[in-house]
Amino acid sequence: MSAPYRLGPQPGEVLDRSRAFSFTWNGRRYPAYEGDTIVSALAASGERVFSRSFKYHRPRGVLSASYHDPNCTVQVGDEPNVRAAHRRAAPGMDVRAQNAWPSLRYDVKSANQIVGRFLSAGFYYKTFIKPQRLWPLYDRILNRFSAGGVLTHAEPHEYYDKRYAHPDVLVAGGGPAGISGALAAAESGASVLLVEEEHELGGHLRWGDQAERAALAELRAALAANPAIEVLTDSAVTGRYDGNWVAVVQRNLPQVTERLIKARAKTLVVAAGLIERPYVFEGNDLPGVLLSTAARRLINTHAVRPGDRAVVLTANPEGDAAAADLECAGVDVARVVDARRGGDVVRVLGGRAGVRQVECGDGWKVACDLLVTAVGWTAPTALLNMAGDRPAYSEAAARFFPSKLPDDVLVTGGIAGDGTLDELIDHARATGREAARRALGGGGGWGTTMAPPALPVAEHPALFRGRTHGFVDFSEDVTSKDLAAAVHEGYDSIELVKRYTTATMGPSQGKLETVNTVAVVAEATGHSIGDTGTTVWRPPYVPVTLGALAGRSFEPVRYSPLQPWHERAGAKPLVAGAWIRPDHYGDSAGEVRNVRTNVGIIDVTPLGKFDLRGPDVPQLLNQLYVNKWSKLDVGSVRYGVMCAEDGVVLDDGVVGRLAADRYLLTSTSSGAGTIEEWIESWLQIERPDWRVYATPVTDAYASINVAGPRSRELLARVADGVDLAPEAFGYMRVRSGRIVGVDGCFLWRIGFTGERSYELHVPAAYGLHVWEALLDRGADLGVAPFGIEAQRILRLEKGHLIVGQDTDGLTQAYGAGLDWLVKLDKEDFVGRRELAWQRGRDDYFRLVGLQPVDGSVVPAEASQIVEGGNTIVGRITSSRMSPTLGRSVCLGFVAPHLAAPGTTVSVQLPGGPLIPATVMAQHAHFDPEGVRQRG
Amino acid sequence: MILVPCPHCGARNASEFRCVGEQRARPGDGTGPEPWRSYLYLRSNPAGWVTEGWYHRAGCRRYLTVERDTLTNEVRPLPAEDLA
Repeated sequence: MSAPYRLGPQPGEVLDRSRAFSFTWNGRRYPAYEGDTIVSALAASGERVFSRSFKYHRPRGVLSASYHDPNCTVQVGDEPNVRAAHRRAAPGMDVRAQNAWPSLRYDVKSANQIVGRFLSAGFYYKTFIKPQRLWPLYDRILNRFSAGGVLTHAEPHEYYDKRYAHPDVLVAGGGPAGISGALAAAESGASVLLVEEEHELGGHLRWGDQAERAALAELRAALAANPAIEVLTDSAVTGRYDGNWVAVVQRNLPQVTERLIKARAKTLVVAAGLIERPYVFEGNDLPGVLLSTAARRLINTHAVRPGDRAVVLTANPEGDAAAADLECAGVDVARVVDARRGGDVVRVLGGRAGVRQVECGDGWKVACDLLVTAVGWTAPTALLNMAGDRPAYSEAAARFFPSKLPDDVLVTGGIAGDGTLDELIDHARATGREAARRALGGGGGWGTTMAPPALPVAEHPALFRGRTHGFVDFSEDVTSKDLAAAVHEGYDSIELVKRYTTATMGPSQGKLETVNTVAVVAEATGHSIGDTGTTVWRPPYVPVTLGALAGRSFEPVRYSPLQPWHERAGAKPLVAGAWIRPDHYGDSAGEVRNVRTNVGIIDVTPLGKFDLRGPDVPQLLNQLYVNKWSKLDVGSVRYGVMCAEDGVVLDDGVVGRLAADRYLLTSTSSGAGTIEEWIESWLQIERPDWRVYATPVTDAYASINVAGPRSRELLARVADGVDLAPEAFGYMRVRSGRIVGVDGCFLWRIGFTGERSYELHVPAAYGLHVWEALLDRGADLGVAPFGIEAQRILRLEKGHLIVGQDTDGLTQAYGAGLDWLVKLDKEDFVGRRELAWQRGRDDYFRLVGLQPVDGSVVPAEASQIVEGGNTIVGRITSSRMSPTLGRSVCLGFVAPHLAAPGTTVSVQLPGGPLIPATVMAQHAHFDPEGVRQRG
Repeated sequence: MILVPCPHCGARNASEFRCVGEQRARPGDGTGPEPWRSYLYLRSNPAGWVTEGWYHRAGCRRYLTVERDTLTNEVRPLPAEDLA
């Protein structure tokens, strides 16, 4: 296929004509050169329609020919919403139109134009209100009409990346001002990150005249020669956050789809340039109505003749230059309408293929296929807004300017003012030097900040809407008529009009349409543009893929040193916070029975462990736990419960006194992090005079619980020099010693499972060795590993609560049945006041042991206990089938009047019947006297 | 993201810290339920400078106190004489 609109080689073109290839657009093949964007290649072949509009499905063509072009969003392969005026064409690329059905050329939904009056301002709010039952239907229809592309779930995961950067100066924008600012900052000794959203540096110089191109070549050469400047092209600064934390999305990387750079810049220089503003009049969205910068880009950088016959509406030198460029490109410029001398365009007539006729202000009608407008500029102040600035409107220049910036943000280039190229470069250099000075100033303050001398501001006629109504927001299909209607309906604040009409809320996010929106609202309200103000720009500046935000999936997990063995044994992994633990080894009920009859071993390494040393440890324990610690003698272990200041149960565990001034404290596995911060807060803030070292040693020890009637027998085969006789090493005692040759182990006798058991804390590196030795030497005793599930069953049979499972964020100690532990006669401890008050009341739910009358039914955890049909009077917190008892057992909360032993309560099974359950005399369902664990 | 001036590690990203919140003195013994619960649950939440605690959990594991302007998120270390 030929490319009839492709020009001969242009001096500023970015095409590599030695590399020609083809790609497809809606299934047809098109030629392209390396350097072509999807749109430039298609335009060179004479294509003019690239999308259908959002609401009315009107045909749309090139408008700005830049990344922000609202009319050039396409589907590329599996990727929807690709900016086709920015994305470069590639060999074999499969490009398709979005939001058109059955095809771009014959879009049935364009009938929406005819019923357009139903799609006016506030359409969604007014129409799809009632009845609610029809919402799913509305949803389906609206989705079919919305502009998104197509996602496939089969797509392979792509590689996204993240990076941290710490430049002294970050320059947003790689036009002449940005480059000059970066150079001056680097020459002043700063490290610089220069970020440009387009593929090439140079801004408007790229499509400028010979002198401008020469200036650009010089700037590029200086940049290339300066190693202190890192240049990122095709990369967008998407947001500026507190402390100049700047997000940059870097695209177009080898092997990496996108990279999110989190840059902490000492100073930020915003050199975002200017964005050309469309003009509002009837037919202003027809294919063939182009901004002057779009025409100049197409001609000069991509060697595309944008049409055959043109009218140019110009209000500035850039528009004049566009007219000249069109002539040079062989376009018949039928008329140049000069807005500075009162010239105007009233409307454009056209059809499916685009512009056919332009009607000028003086009544002249010109047949043509192209209207190029140059009516003014929008300052992209998004990053300044994010830095707290509210831009101020200049009547003279007909655009907004920065007003009050923090010291670490500076502006230069078109966003700051006008002037000759030399003036812009001088200003940018002064700004870059000042940015470096502020960045490198050292210390906390910068002393006096010196603002670079201001740029001149060129007068510009105020042109927003002509004599007719037209489109203001191209991506949301909002017209000036809609905005006027919204004002008429009472939405007179710009922020309200925005939300009601959705103007500036589409994919282009106000870059082209904000100032026109403000101007039309100002016109309708009779206020000035300055008084109307602008909407607030928020991050992100450009759409960011979720992949870029997510990056690679870095989810740290923790394994015990025994993990290789668990894996070999086929343990089913359980995710418990950051830890991956064995849930079971195939048969949790069998594991339970083995613990009750023989001996089992479980890996409890994740238990939080703290080594406490110093003379004031007893005071610390007395402060943190609800029970007493002063009389804990060397060699003893005690169970303790911590509450928070509100009396709510925070954690539980045991503390053993290893030596006169050395203790080992264990917390719950999930609470280890919290307890570390909690202990430190007391030692650092409330009681800094206490002499205690608290060292977290969770990872330093592998922890193994050896539980079962034959545990002593097994331990005798592995422990050296520890007298295991019951009278020498009784229940709740701790010993240190050597286990299968490993010194520095601790053994303590405690009983979470309700069996005689020994918890071994072994230096982590020897954990696997000890574990294997236990299994090896105890084979004839029937030793077998058991997992978390078996442990949960065992402890539930024994009635031991799990903090967070059988308590929640409102469970105070008395409610959890911990009355026996709380010692209110202690001088002070955390939670004491609230617990004293709780004891004086009787209105709290109590944790009780519960057994369903029908022992074959296991009510799901969180099942409600109800009374009188629908009053909730409790809930099941833990429930299991007990292999030991052959019936279901539970823990649960009940209202105080139901807490008496023997009371029958009604448990509502989820989605099922009510079942009766009996309140037990104690939490323990098995061996309530604790004979087994003490023996 | 806020930079928190840690007196031990220097200025670090807020994501390394846990914000403990407004600094308040724990009431002594004999406090009635009302003042005690004000201490537990109520914060003054001023629009302006607040003295608040941060815990450098991914750093030195020290609790520190800074002043922060809740309107601008400007953070500054406590004046030196206030550092215990």
